[in-house]
Amino acid sequence: MRILGISGSLRRDSYNSKLLREAGRLLPPGAELVEFDGLKAVAPFDADDEAAPIPPRGVFELRAAIADADAILIATPEYNHSIPGVLKNAIDWASRPKAEAALKNKPVAVIGTSTGMFGAVWAQAETRKVLAGAGARVIDRELPVGSADEQFHPLDGRLVEKDLETELGGILAELIAEVEPALARAS
Amino acid sequence: MAIATEQLQGTYVLDPIHSSASFAVKHMVVSTFRGRFEKFDATLTDGKLVGTVDVGSIVVKDENLAAHLQSPEFFDAERHPELRFESTDIRRTGEGDEVVVDGELTIKGITKAVEARGTLEGPAVTFGDVNKIGLTLEAIIDRTEFGLNWNAPLPKGGFALANDVKLIVELELAEQA
Repeated sequence: MRILGISGSLRRDSYNSKLLREAGRLLPPGAELVEFDGLKAVAPFDADDEAAPIPPRGVFELRAAIADADAILIATPEYNHSIPGVLKNAIDWASRPKAEAALKNKPVAVIGTSTGMFGAVWAQAETRKVLAGAGARVIDRELPVGSADEQFHPLDGRLVEKDLETELGGILAELIAEVEPALARAS
Repeated sequence: MAIATEQLQGTYVLDPIHSSASFAVKHMVVSTFRGRFEKFDATLTDGKLVGTVDVGSIVVKDENLAAHLQSPEFFDAERHPELRFESTDIRRTGEGDEVVVDGELTIKGITKAVEARGTLEGPAVTFGDVNKIGLTLEAIIDRTEFGLNWNAPLPKGGFALANDVKLIVELELAEQA
């Protein structure tokens, strides 16, 4: 089972990328997390570009990565109480055209972390809302991780709090459970 | 009940090195968030306590939050740069060093009566023959009564920030010669 991890932060040392890596470590055998690193290359959504015979390269790669994955795990920071523009832009591209959208029926879970005290809780809620609008199968759980700068062990990057690890594991289990019926149908 | 103010004639000024002004508020239903102010002043004159706090000196862990707290959604530091407290009564309860301080607190241009409780130690002669007082006070206020109304519903229920805020001052005051 292949889970595509998308970090809503482009920063090299992003805490959300660290959170994704922790999710990858906590996956059970048989499931792997592959990080998408092309978010910055996704052009701003433009309906004229969408109507062109070939989509912009970054968009093509995003759609292909989503199509190749059994499920998506998004880790998002929060900008001005909401979803980062680059992440919203990518979801917009991956939601169109609606009938054959890469995100259509795709199981997706959203987690997130911020250095503030609310742990990107609203960005996660808005990302879930946007994904539902895009036709994805959205896990209705959140993982707001506040004080991001204190949550990861400086040496191995592991989550310091065991409770968070347990909660993240629970979200991953739900995401995997959403994928299994689709895999069973395919086999 | 002894009236503490009878013992507090004279003027006592703040020793900022050994004093603090801070606050604590519940957020996300169960967690407690704390912050403090770096610049503040207090004077006790013939038993009347007057304190001011520079809103711009707020210190919290997250610098973006510090800026948000100074915005019009919270303190509106541009228009209301100072918090102010003036006591109307300081009285001992008779239980050890315990005191009750009544006064008027002004935040964001709105003045409300508040009651603070804590301890008053001294006056005591300290190093250098200086009379000093230690005054520790706590008060719980409803921030929305002072126009600090920001809040947001949490996606899974409840609100981001509690309305009740605990204010805590620990003051060391030295008598002026």
